[in-house]
Amino acid sequence: MTKQLILDNVTVQFGGLKAVDGVSTAIAMGERRAIIGPNGAGKTTLFNAITGVVMATAGKVVFEGEDVTRSPVHARAAKGMSRTFQITNLFPNLSVRDNMRLAIRGLSKAKFSLLGRPELAAADDAEAERALGLSRLVGRSDTLVKELSYGEQRQLEMAMALVARPRILLLDEPAAGLSPAERVIVADIIRSLPRDLTMIIIEHDMDLALGLVDWVTVLNNGHLLVEAAPADIRGNKDVQDVYLGKARRHA
Amino acid sequence: MSRDLASVPAGAGPAGPSAVALTPARLIAIAIAGLALVAVPYMLPNYYVSIATQVLIFAVLAMSIDILAGYTGRTPLGHGAIFGTATYVTIYWSTTLGGSPWTGMLVGVAAATTVAAIFALLAIRTSGVYFLLLTLALGMIVWGVCLRWTSVTGGENGIRGSVRPLFIATHSAFYYLVLTAVAVITFVMWRFVNSPFGLTLRGIKDSESRMRSLGYNVPLHLFIAFTVSGFFAGIAGAIYAMFNSFVSPSTVALTQSVAGLLMAITGGIGTLFGSFVGAAAIISLENFVSSYTERWLSILGLMFVLIMVFAPEGIVGRIRMILARSKG
Ligand SMILES: Nc1ncnc2c1ncn2[C@@H]1O[C@H](COP(=O)(O)OP(=O)(O)O)[C@@H](O)[C@H]1O
Ligand SMILES: [Mg+2]
Repeated sequence: MTKQLILDNVTVQFGGLKAVDGVSTAIAMGERRAIIGPNGAGKTTLFNAITGVVMATAGKVVFEGEDVTRSPVHARAAKGMSRTFQITNLFPNLSVRDNMRLAIRGLSKAKFSLLGRPELAAADDAEAERALGLSRLVGRSDTLVKELSYGEQRQLEMAMALVARPRILLLDEPAAGLSPAERVIVADIIRSLPRDLTMIIIEHDMDLALGLVDWVTVLNNGHLLVEAAPADIRGNKDVQDVYLGKARRHA
Repeated sequence: MSRDLASVPAGAGPAGPSAVALTPARLIAIAIAGLALVAVPYMLPNYYVSIATQVLIFAVLAMSIDILAGYTGRTPLGHGAIFGTATYVTIYWSTTLGGSPWTGMLVGVAAATTVAAIFALLAIRTSGVYFLLLTLALGMIVWGVCLRWTSVTGGENGIRGSVRPLFIATHSAFYYLVLTAVAVITFVMWRFVNSPFGLTLRGIKDSESRMRSLGYNVPLHLFIAFTVSGFFAGIAGAIYAMFNSFVSPSTVALTQSVAGLLMAITGGIGTLFGSFVGAAAIISLENFVSSYTERWLSILGLMFVLIMVFAPEGIVGRIRMILARSKG
């Protein structure tokens, strides 16, 4: 299998703190990967280093054969990286429809149309409707995002990441803070993703995460602790010590 | 920030103040405003026709400021300098150089757009109060140049000279020309803020980090927005040259930037058309108290405080809120 994303000794240092410390792993084209670990393990920071929100202070990020370690966020997005945020990051004063328009035009030249009509082209519009359908947001297009429920906002996060036509999708705790019923929706959305789309998911809920992926990376204190198949994760002694123990205490 | 739309019920009608739909109510409002504007020279003496002309010109300046303040969320305090650059160049071209005033206006707008592009390069990576102060400082530089470069600008005395061709010599003929031009400019600006590009500016105002992760080069969009905004400010400044037939450092001074911004705020930031209401309010006030510059600056300051305290969403913004509430 060809490796789509290669992390080579990626380190992110904030002052004296190494939030990510020498993480190396490789993700294959079409693979589904979970990144788990206790709070503060460095999962979100690793996503930030992959997508360019923060720059790796050491090591390399190689995406589809190209070293993107120093590329800005928008350039990596243009290469096909799409993500959701652990802390909802939408356009609260715009309607759902306008949020989708911004998501779908991010990589198209239409975004530079200075005097054009605001509507999407027919094909794009169909795509946006499809993503909204998948995310259970049909009929909500006119609503301002700040008036959506928290669960709906999380669903919109997914819809926007999806509609950007990603080559790799990075989901940062998409189900965090959701009710059990809403979690089911999120899991459904993930299951209905195109099978050839590479996906990395950070998820605190083991039951949810392990059922969705091919392979699991466990982080602890910025270090890569273990990599294993989902079936072997629960039985792993190190994981039990460091993650399950803490998770149970935090719960 | 100040555009409190929380009172708009979910799913009820247009999302946000700049929805594009031309509802019957909006069409009627536009028709009435248009008729009233056309009727001005028939109803009012020349003095007021001249004030109305001035309101139209400054509404364009205020709308150009609104593009940045209302849509990208970056409040500029240097647009007076961009506006005045066009005024200087237009008058210099047609008076000192003896060229055609129309060419002078074109050169003036080009010069203003260039100045805006330079401002933009320096300012787009900042936001909030830093953006405000940086654009203020850049405007002060232009003001300083106009004051000191006496051989070209005439220093404190400025440049005087009639720019207006004969066929628009009368108050009403000039008014109608300006009204036509401003109608076209306003339509173009309305299309601009509602275009796909205009939406990217509102996206940047709400969340720059999300915009970046969707593939938008945020500084590039801000650069284009600033330059386009300066282009429109330049058009206003070039028309002002024909209106005023005189330019001096006070045309590019901070007061001008403050007045323009205050017009945009008074009308309602992010409403575009509010700029007409704001320009009318501020210019009426200016003529009412008509007096020394120092006192005028204090009055502008007082106005600013009163608006921010009692109607931060501006007059048009407030009306829209009330309408939205009464519908819900
Ligand atoms: N921008 C930042 N500046 C300083 N420290 C940070 C920053 N972002 C994250 N950290 C720290 O890095 C560590 C890892 O955080 P994070 O990646 O958010 O963990 P996780 O997502 O696994 O819960 C934490 O100790 C956090 O406080
Ligand atoms: Mg996290």
